[in-house]
Amino acid sequence: MSELNVQIPTTFDPFADANAEDSGAGAKEYVHVRTQQRNGRKSLTTVQGLKKEFSYSKILKDVKKEFCCNGTVVQDPELGQVIQLQGDQRKNVANFLVQAGIVKKDRIKIHGF
Amino acid sequence: MADDAQVDLKEEVAEAVAPFDPSKKKKKKKKVVIEEPTDEVENVSEKIENLSVSESLESTFGDKKKKKKKPVVTDFSNDDILDAGERLEGGEIDEENEEGKGISLGTPQLPWEGTDRDYKYEEILYRVFNILRENNPDLTGDRRRTVMRPPQVLREGTKKTVFVNFMDLCKTMHRQPEHVMTFLLAEMGTSGSLDGQQRLVVKGRFAPKNFEGILRRYINEYVICNGCKSPDTILIKENRLFFLRCEQCGSSRSVAPIKAGFVARVGRRKPGT
Repeated sequence: MSELNVQIPTTFDPFADANAEDSGAGAKEYVHVRTQQRNGRKSLTTVQGLKKEFSYSKILKDVKKEFCCNGTVVQDPELGQVIQLQGDQRKNVANFLVQAGIVKKDRIKIHGF
Repeated sequence: MADDAQVDLKEEVAEAVAPFDPSKKKKKKKKVVIEEPTDEVENVSEKIENLSVSESLESTFGDKKKKKKKPVVTDFSNDDILDAGERLEGGEIDEENEEGKGISLGTPQLPWEGTDRDYKYEEILYRVFNILRENNPDLTGDRRRTVMRPPQVLREGTKKTVFVNFMDLCKTMHRQPEHVMTFLLAEMGTSGSLDGQQRLVVKGRFAPKNFEGILRRYINEYVICNGCKSPDTILIKENRLFFLRCEQCGSSRSVAPIKAGFVARVGRRKPGT
């Protein structure tokens, strides 16, 4: 008689969506491309937030070849690995990452002026 | 002409493209033709069409030539084509305007007055907006845009930049100067502080344009309401999260916290490390 209160188990999981999105390998994670001024008119470009699965050194190698600039992979205690390039390569890097299919265009955030 | 194009590439490079270009003469001729007094509208339009054909030919010409030279230059040639198209359009519009003036010197200056051609979308749009502006100016789409004074920037020495009207801008945006400052500094990846006269001193050289770009992004992200686009908003901090509440429409949204992100070590390292 009092079966009205019984919860009916369903296959619907209200959190399925949220979990799926999270498991989409950081769907909300942006790749930040920044630039930093050095002395004179020199500058640095940093790429932060690439997925961990990628081999940073390989990406770096191609990027270096493409833009004719030097660069390193820096290990940051909080942010993990960060690619650092010489010169203001923000647009180049963003284009490169999109074309190589590493990141989607709307996941890239270009900072700086 | 095609034979000419196959003359030594070097020569071609040495001479500027202009003297070699046979198409230019053509253009001039065509223009002369147009400038001749023509009364009939249809003639003019016909000639415009001719012009368009010739221009497109030109651009294809240019394409070929440039391709022979360098494959890289093809982009420019594409631009050329585009340019030609734009020019053509411009010319057309001019012609039409002249038409309108010539035929109807009365008050309603509608481009299609007197002709029986179809209206163009832009023209009709223009007309609608004119009427709207005349009758009730409040309804026109150009809402009073938030005008901000451009940032005034001075150089202090060679390595520091002073943002003079920083406080003013913060006041017009109704934002805490600290918040704006953290955003600016995080975006520029430098350090800086407020000085005695409440100006922002930033390390590094920056042009006013740079500040403008960053401020624009700040406004988009932290000032403008997403729903009604009004800048009349306030930023509230609710248990560690920033929320933007619109005073106009009452909507609120959360905004991302400002994070400085990775800042590479620039400058001399200490000899110890």
